[in-house]
Amino acid sequence: MGVESDVGRRWVEVRWHGRGGQGVVTASNLLAESALLDNLYFQSLPEFGAERSGAPVVAYTRIADTPIPFRFPVQEPHIVVVLDYTLWGHLPVVLGLRPGGLLLVNTPASPQVVVRSLGWPLATVATLDATAIAQATLGRPIPNVPILGGLLRLRPVVSLEAVQATLRQRLSARLGHQAMQANLQAFERGYQQVQSWEGR
Amino acid sequence: MALAVSSRVPPVHGLGTPVALDGGTLVAHAMRQTRPDVVAAYPITPQTVITEAFSQFVANGEVHTEFVPVESEHAALSVCIGAAAAGARAQTATSGPGLALMWELLGVASGMRLPIVMHLCTRALSAPINILCDHSDAMAMRDTGWLLLFSENGQEAYDQAIIAVRLGEHPQVLLPVANVLDGFIVTHCVERALLLPDEVVSEFVGEYQPAYALLDLQRPVTVGGLDFQDFHMEHKRGQVEAMARAKGVLEGLFQEFAEISGRIYRLVEPYRLADAEVGVVVLGSTAGTVRYVVDRLRARGVRAGMLSIRSFRPFPALEVAAALAEVKAVGVLDRALAPGASAPPLFSDIASALAGVGLSKRLLGWVYGIGGREVLPQHIEGVFHTLADPSVPPGLVGWLGLREGR
Repeated sequence: MGVESDVGRRWVEVRWHGRGGQGVVTASNLLAESALLDNLYFQSLPEFGAERSGAPVVAYTRIADTPIPFRFPVQEPHIVVVLDYTLWGHLPVVLGLRPGGLLLVNTPASPQVVVRSLGWPLATVATLDATAIAQATLGRPIPNVPILGGLLRLRPVVSLEAVQATLRQRLSARLGHQAMQANLQAFERGYQQVQSWEGR
Repeated sequence: MALAVSSRVPPVHGLGTPVALDGGTLVAHAMRQTRPDVVAAYPITPQTVITEAFSQFVANGEVHTEFVPVESEHAALSVCIGAAAAGARAQTATSGPGLALMWELLGVASGMRLPIVMHLCTRALSAPINILCDHSDAMAMRDTGWLLLFSENGQEAYDQAIIAVRLGEHPQVLLPVANVLDGFIVTHCVERALLLPDEVVSEFVGEYQPAYALLDLQRPVTVGGLDFQDFHMEHKRGQVEAMARAKGVLEGLFQEFAEISGRIYRLVEPYRLADAEVGVVVLGSTAGTVRYVVDRLRARGVRAGMLSIRSFRPFPALEVAAALAEVKAVGVLDRALAPGASAPPLFSDIASALAGVGLSKRLLGWVYGIGGREVLPQHIEGVFHTLADPSVPPGLVGWLGLREGR
């Protein structure tokens, strides 16, 4: 399930698509930092460009139980996360997605709608209205933390406890206790509300 | 392409607290732990991570450094030179065009024998404008009398940031040191790394005892004096000799550092070269990709190996020649251009290192990664494949991943 068991090894690659300001790189970093608490190896690499608000942003996460020797962009992700549905049709977001992988899209639409627009049911397709959750819990349309909840529900690439601990540590220091609690709630709702459609 | 990590890759080993940090922040921690008296820097992508994190440490009172937020990189290095001449431990960080703006001062720092440490986050030089990694900035400071240490990942950049302080300040060296980390690929990659305890680093680097300090009023010295045909050449010879001595000093420091960290570094890092027929020489973060490809090729019975150059200046020519002595065909990967030259910089150094000991070898070169162009395992596999093909003439073969056509 998302974790390739290659000679008993854990190996998962994630590609994140979104726009500047949606917390794409932060989501990737949060996942990587959580992997540390599970005593795994990890990388979080932003796709490097002149980042600015609203511009397309890509980030990659690798999680493994052995050291990761290289640092090139993920070519064949197990998981693709799309934080902004308006990128659809403008970018080849499913490029290289492995058969049996997971495509998780931030949209109020059902997974079936995404599957129909893809015409490509080889992966598990999941949707979550992460922006609505973020608006309701954080008061801001930053969908990264709820979508992380949805991802963890469908692919437990790190433990829930590790992500929750990372959110607590990182956000209480930076944003204060109240914002940290709101983020934990956003994560929880994302975890609960994600809908998926299993591919073949 | 199914990625499978070889069990031969050494684990992230040694002592320290495991952390999840990008390479830039790791270097900022090393700066905090080595307690510079003065840091002067101007923010430039991708070095900004370091300056931001370090200035935060200063603001938090975690380090008592005089942080000078200057108006340009020319000023940044000027401040470091003034501070170092006064007897302070001084550091800076920059990238690409920022380094270009420092250029006038690079030779001043080395010529005045000031052990300044610079963290160079490699970035392409303009134009066309580009913020991504290549080594054209580092290669442009190649002959300015600075020591240049390349790193493969954040852990190495952190470790070298600590070692660099001792190296430059060593009485047998007294030269500025550039700790080179690949822009974005290392500076912005969050990875697992080990942070040494503050007191261990503090004890390792010790207090800086400058031999000659402008502010040592008991022993007044002339600093930055005029030096014409009578003594300029002798002073320059002194710099070159110090650079040569730095090799042995660095080896000694690697041993000392291994004792506190458990991590063993060498001037050059050979990987599966002992019985290799084809070998690739590389600088910086791409070594990881090459190591991975070597393992894949070995699994298929190809006798492949790699040599990663850590100490680019001083260039350990004898060690390079010894490491490559038995390899039949050598491929050199350059992440910088030398338009009009007979070969790009690393290729030239490898060729002269081999020629220097009378080794004649099939030597092929490639340019790669210019302006951040990604280098993938299939590119490196192509390099090894070409090396094994005796019908390909030696010399510069081409550019990896270049879009052909116009």
